[in-house]
Amino acid sequence: MNDDHGSIFDGLLGGDSSQWAFGTDFEDPLAGVDTTTPDGVDPAELAAYCLMLGDDALIMSQRLSEWCSRAPDLEEDIALANMALDLLGQARLLLARAAAADPRVVPGLPEGSPVPPEDALAFFRDDRDFRNVRLAEVANGDFAHVVVRLLMFSTARLALLERLCVSRDHVLAAVAAKGVKEVAYHRDWAGRWFVTLARGTEESRRRLLAALDALWLLQAELVAPHPLEHSLALAGVGVDPASLRDPVDAVLGQVLTAAGLDRPERAPLAGVGGRTGRDGLHTEALSLLLAEMQVVARAHPMGRW
Amino acid sequence: MLTLADLGVLRGVEVVRDAEGGEVVIASITPTYTGCPAMATMRDDLVHRLNDAGFARVEVWVVLDPPWSSDWISERGRAALRAAGLSAPGPAPRRTGPVPLTLGPPRSVPPCPRCGSAATRLTSEFGATACKALYRCTGCLEPFEHVKEI
Repeated sequence: MNDDHGSIFDGLLGGDSSQWAFGTDFEDPLAGVDTTTPDGVDPAELAAYCLMLGDDALIMSQRLSEWCSRAPDLEEDIALANMALDLLGQARLLLARAAAADPRVVPGLPEGSPVPPEDALAFFRDDRDFRNVRLAEVANGDFAHVVVRLLMFSTARLALLERLCVSRDHVLAAVAAKGVKEVAYHRDWAGRWFVTLARGTEESRRRLLAALDALWLLQAELVAPHPLEHSLALAGVGVDPASLRDPVDAVLGQVLTAAGLDRPERAPLAGVGGRTGRDGLHTEALSLLLAEMQVVARAHPMGRW
Repeated sequence: MLTLADLGVLRGVEVVRDAEGGEVVIASITPTYTGCPAMATMRDDLVHRLNDAGFARVEVWVVLDPPWSSDWISERGRAALRAAGLSAPGPAPRRTGPVPLTLGPPRSVPPCPRCGSAATRLTSEFGATACKALYRCTGCLEPFEHVKEI
């Protein structure tokens, strides 16, 4: 470029090494957006709810991005990376919205740290503070595994986002309206591959059935009632996941029928003392995922990226 | 050349006065897709160009509502896309009620931006960037990118 701002490589040659990583620095995904909490809503509850939806997106995004360079062919590699990116974008907005609603949810960092609130929430919280469903966190398996997981995840998330478009919280409503357009593509991709694998070879069908059997017990948590979500639904801000059960069942039934499969009979994975992912009760897989995802950021709490 | 205004990403520009009477330019942009990694670059480009044009204080705000639609790409923008070998989006789907599950192939396909043939085939609904799908022309056999309708 022929202007005063030089090239992205200037930072490497000059004395200011703080810009070495990418050079665009942090940006606020909610710059200029009105983040006032709606009347009659407890900011702590709103923040916790945004963490639930944001953590679902963040953890699922991390699992999808692990597929990068490992998918069966280039097109599916790109597809999985695209879906990871869409969900990462949703996570950034939702975590930023949580921090704006109630700054007390943001972990403390050393004085003068440039890390913005959404990054602090993603990289400096411990596993027990994450509120994602356990379906999002379990370790990746084969290609059939990611297809089945995405079908369950995106079917529930699309149904949720469709209803969240009318939230009294304008940020949630806007994130939802945009997310609907994105997640509709994710669900179609997963649905098509589900049917393709089920109707493909003996081996592809065997793998699909194995993935379905392994993941079905985690499906119910997506549509399980939770007191916080119920309370925010009553306040016109959130969506009660119990209200998603029928529409989600209908879509999964449509895919299973097209695939020529019966609905699996597996009891849902129980919580511990009534607590599930939404309450910070997770599997070991989340701790390992976070260790990898957070290690660089935690080593450099004063870093600019 | 394709501008942020042609893409429908630039939602507004206004000059306001701060408490001391200083001039501040506020440019508002909206992401095409939520995770669009180009947002930071767009923000920096806007700040730099406005600085070059003599506006020392610039703020870039994000607008999330209404969500970006490919219908906002201007005629000039569509011509620029075609000139770059990309297929421009058709009208965005308008729907009321739940999004239907689509398990079959798409009902309509865009014509090839290179040879104009209507015989094209969807390779993947996900391309090199979030806003594009991959197609292949069965006439001239060339692959091409299509900006998705959203």
